[in-house]
Parts: sequence; structure tokens; C-alpha cells
Amino acid sequence: MTALLEVEDLDVSFRTEEGVVRAVDHVSFSLQRGELLGIVGESGSGKSVTALSLMGLSRGPNASFSGRVMFGDLDLLTAAERQLERVRGRRIAMIFQDPMTALNPVHRVGDQIVEQIREHEGVSRRRALDRAVELLDRVGIPRARDRARAYPHEFSGGMRQRVMIAMALSCSPEILIADEPTTALDVTTQAQILAEIDKLRRDSGVGVILITHDLGVIADVADRVVVMYAGRVVEQGSLADIFYDPRHPYTWGLLGSVPRLDRARPARLPTIPGSPPSLLHPPAGCHFAPRCAWRFEACSGVPELSADDPEHTEHLGRCWLPLGLARARRVVDGSIGLPVAAAGDRAGTSSTA
Amino acid sequence: MSTPGSNDSAALLEVEHLEMWFPVRQGTAGGKRGQVHAVDDVSFAVAEGETLGLVGESGCGKTTLARCVVRLLQPSAGTVRFRGDDITSLGSRALRPYRAKMQIVFQDPRGSLNPRKRVSQIIGAALELDAGGGSKQDRVRKLLDQVGLNPEHASRFPHEFSGGQRQRIGVARALAVNPQLIVLDEPVSALDVSIQAQVINLLDDLQEQLGLSYIFVAHDLSVVRHVSDRIAVMYLGKVVELSAAEELYTRPVHPYTQSLLASIPIADPELSRSRVRQVARGELPSPVDPPPGCRFHTRCPGATDICRQVEPPLTVYPGGHEAACHHPLNVSASDLAGARRSPAASRSAGPDTPTAPGAVAADWTPTGT
Repeated sequence: MTALLEVEDLDVSFRTEEGVVRAVDHVSFSLQRGELLGIVGESGSGKSVTALSLMGLSRGPNASFSGRVMFGDLDLLTAAERQLERVRGRRIAMIFQDPMTALNPVHRVGDQIVEQIREHEGVSRRRALDRAVELLDRVGIPRARDRARAYPHEFSGGMRQRVMIAMALSCSPEILIADEPTTALDVTTQAQILAEIDKLRRDSGVGVILITHDLGVIADVADRVVVMYAGRVVEQGSLADIFYDPRHPYTWGLLGSVPRLDRARPARLPTIPGSPPSLLHPPAGCHFAPRCAWRFEACSGVPELSADDPEHTEHLGRCWLPLGLARARRVVDGSIGLPVAAAGDRAGTSSTA
Repeated sequence: MSTPGSNDSAALLEVEHLEMWFPVRQGTAGGKRGQVHAVDDVSFAVAEGETLGLVGESGCGKTTLARCVVRLLQPSAGTVRFRGDDITSLGSRALRPYRAKMQIVFQDPRGSLNPRKRVSQIIGAALELDAGGGSKQDRVRKLLDQVGLNPEHASRFPHEFSGGQRQRIGVARALAVNPQLIVLDEPVSALDVSIQAQVINLLDDLQEQLGLSYIFVAHDLSVVRHVSDRIAVMYLGKVVELSAAEELYTRPVHPYTQSLLASIPIADPELSRSRVRQVARGELPSPVDPPPGCRFHTRCPGATDICRQVEPPLTVYPGGHEAACHHPLNVSASDLAGARRSPAASRSAGPDTPTAPGAVAADWTPTGT
């Protein structure tokens, strides 16, 4: 089966006043039909720039790209703006973290969906409106016909995000990119929206790229996971690989620092010491090495993203630690995490250099 | 310590029947007027050295309540007492000594630090109120060190720091006046997970060293658990449940609390996907026109007629667990027999405490021990 989307060696750099920022550094992954791929990382990891670059939304005079983003026969990275316009919204749709800024405040939501449908398909206003109402109903908006006449401010945050999903679905896209779709929402609403996205890809076969900082969200809905740190993919694999056999110390740290309601309350929350590096002056070698309790001489060189377990060739990690040693070291006090360093709770200064 | 606060027997902070309402205009011409009861008859106390978690969804009134407590807002009704002194309607001059005892740290460290001032000036301004011993610069350096920042960075501007570091500056500023109570309004929500944990550990350490009391406002029950001694859950301006922290997770009594717990994803795919979730239906009703009876009844899977008509009183169960529900979960017959109306119950609530446990299945993943 050929992949729906194939990202190969994607590199994105921005020229800034202070120097060149390499926001995305040799990122590769693929997306299958009906699959939900989670990209997880903290702020500055390059996860959003990666998503925006897939749709040509990070283009600009100071941006430079290399690599390939193959969507069928089309390389989205080099495609002309006119070609991209035919893809955006219609074949690849995107929803953002803040639905208020993504909706036009002075137009009724129904009209905004109608406009989107009519932009891509030559149907009448009336038919487009019927479709819009049907979509609003499908994403769980009660009294959809009435609500289509409302303005964005008349919706709550969760309902607005549902409108965004309805709009994204309006042209039956093949790929849905969701950038932190539930971060601005309350937990009960988050659970509802995630269930909606999950149902959607099962019903319609749309491939979903879900970008989040929350491993709990990933655990709930993802099939495969890409873990990013400071512009690089540090680990990728199946859901089970990442949660039960994680390869990279950063993944351990992330898993360890999530507060867990299903476990006893620890005396201290495990942390990852320090803070992420500045992408203007990233450390040589492994980007995570300055915060890693297990760094050794080899870490001054950049490790390859490689499959280390011959039985799991889809599970890739970017770490110098031999697999056996990694498996032994990742367990701290009975669960996966990073050992607490001596000065573990002091704020790092690397990002302010 | 002399004034303020000479009454040692009282709790550090007592809030009684506090109400805060804001006028709103509805309709296109702004003609129809209404009121948002952002905080509607809330009572609680905070003891010395204690952390009270205040949890709820956006719009539940938790931030408004926090701001009333430190008197950034003038409550519409009720009383706020600090060490027994009624500070509910003190003017700004009379409040000054209390300002040094109660501090607040805001959610957004970008918006709450003046971008044009150096860190030494930001923290130094707070020292004008209570400089303590030593020179101002020494104090600033000591404070920065105390919150885990490099004292050499005192002359930097806020933008030169990362989000987590900025939040530490906010904490240092609050500490500058030697407060006894710090209200933390979503102090880690804007931070990355790994940085959240660092800041929470810092707050823990400071509390231990300085004997501080905290009111920790958050929408995230998983974070609150790590800092709180007791937790109050709010829904549409009311406290619906109040209990010792761990007990809230092992034995939620109010269906809303249970639904909040069930909504939190667990970072373990097998566990997270295997649990049956009882998640609240629909969404938060408008606080301008809250539902009659129990405010949660429109979303509650176990709601009955009485829930639609009579507001349930906050009820104390044996052991001190309080909840306002006609059909409480996780309570035994003897719990019900020993239940009595809480002194903190809203005055608008019905007279009767519940007589039978709720029928909603308690099917969320329990806390490990």
C-alpha cells in the first residue's frame, strides 16, 4: 500500500536578525489512509512548523526548505502556489488551536462553510447550505439549521472547534492536520472533540496528523507516534513502541513527567532538568544531551535515526545508547523516567544564552 | 507579627457566603440587562501552611473567586477574613498592610511582567512595600536564587527568559513582600509538561521552607493533585465538592467530579482505552441564566426530578468529605446516616441531605496505591 503522504528529509530554516534558525531538521514520516499519526513535542520542537510546511503555509522570503513532501505525485514543498490552492482546504484540511482566530467574526458560521464548499465545488448556495447544516449536525452541533445562522462569538470554545472540524470536512479531505485542537478546551470538551476526530477517521478513512504536547491525548487516539525535540525527530514508532518500549531518554523524561492519576502521588514530580535549547545556537551533536542524565562521549556527535531492534524495524530512535543499556536505564523507581539530577529543579539557562 | 492579623485562633483565610456578580447586556442593542453570578454563595477556609486546590472548567468562577480573595475585586456580598480581620470592604489604603500578606501569581507570565522593566526593577518594586533586611539589590539576588534563577540575570528583561523562567520571576515578585498566602492562578497552564513539573516542585519547596499557604487555581485535576491538601471543585459559580486531595480522586462523590476525572486522558494507551468513561454530556450552560435546582442536572447522567427543582445543599459526610448532590456516588449507608448539612451550604439550597446513594456506575479508573 502506498502512503497517503510521504515526508522525506524535510528541512526548514528561517533567516532571522540574530541568525539562521533551523526549525525542522531532517524530519521524515509517512501517513496512511485512515491512520492517526500523533506528533508530540514541547514548544519549539518544530512540530507546528512541520505541519504548516506540509501545506506551504510557512513559505516566505526568509524561509528555506529542502527535502520532499510527496502527496501522490505532487511534491507539496516545491508545488506552485496555484497547485497548492487546489490542495489546501479541499484535499488537505487543517484545524488550529484557537478556533476564534481561525473563524471570521463578522460572518455567520454557516456562510463561512458555504463559502468554503463553493470555493472548491461548483454547487448552488442552497445545496452548499444543506451540506453545511448536515456537517454541523454530524460533528455534534445541536439544532444545526438554526446554529448555522449564528456568529462565531455565539458559540463556546468547544462548539467553535466543532465548527472548525465541520469546515475542515466540508470538502471530504484525504488528510486532516489538527494542530493542538484541544489545548484551548476544557477536559470534558477535549474528550468529546477527540472522540469526534477518532470516529471521523474510522468512518471516512481520512488520514489525521494530530499535533499535541500532551501524551495523554496521544495515548487516547493515535496509531503511530513521532516524538520531536528541538527540530529533530528523536523517536518514532507504534503507540506500543513509544509508551511501552521507548528508546530515547527524552521520551522517558516526557513519560515520566506527566502527572498520572492512575498511580500513587509521588513525593516529588519527576522533571526533565533544564530547558530546551535555543534553535539559534543548538548544541553540537545530540540536541538533548545537555539535559540528559545518561550522556557520554559519543553524544557530541549527531546520532542517526535508526531501527535498533531487528524485530521492530518501524521503531526508530535517535540515541547513542545501545539498546540493551537503554532498556535497563529507562526504569526509575519502577516506572519509565529520567533519574533526578542533583540540580534537577533549577531553571536551565541554555535558552537565554 | 503585629498588625495585620492579631487573632491567632482563626484560620489564615475565611471566606463566607461570598458572591460576585457582574452586570451584562444581552440582545443586539444591549437593551436587556442581566447579571452573571460568577461566584454564587461560596464558603471555605484555608489554614496556615495549607494548599487549597480550586478546580473547574472555564467560566466556573474560580479565577473571579481567587481575585475576590486577594481583593483585586470588591465582592458583591459575603465576607473575606484574613486572620480574623474582615477585609471585605476595606479601602485601598486600609488594604495596604494586607496586600503584603496576600500575593497573587498569574497564569500568563508574559502578560503579567512589564516588558520594559528589568527583573531587578520588577521585583524591586514589590520590595518598596516591605524591604526586610539588607539592601534592595541583595534581596533581589537572594529572591532570584530562591526561585532557582541565576542572580546574575537581575538586569535582564522579561523577554530574555523562557516561559518557565518568567513564571519563576512572578513567584519571586510574590515572595518579595514575605506573604503568608499566595494565590496561584493557573501558574503552570501555559508551560510545557516538563517545565510544569519543575515549577510545581519549586512551589512545594518554597511552601516547606517558608510555611506559605497557597490557593492553587487550575482547570487540570492531575496537576492540582500534586500540590493540594484539600481540593474544592467548582461548577457554575458554586462549590460542588470539597475534600481532602487524595480522597477526591479515590472516592469522588459528585458526578461532576467523576466526569472531570474520567475526561483526563491517561498517558498509557491500554489503560486509557480500556476504561469505560462517564463523561459529562453537552456543555456548560450560560452563567447568566443557570439551570434551576442542581446546576449540573442538564449534563448529569443520573439527574432526576428533584435535581431539576431543588438545589442540593453542600453536605458533610463522616470524615469531612463535602459534596452537593441529591444522588451522591461512592457513599455507604452509614455515610448517609451520618451526613449533615454543611455550614458552607448555599443559602438558596434545599433543606434535606440525600437519603440514598446515586445510581451512576462508578466506572472510571481508580487511583493506584
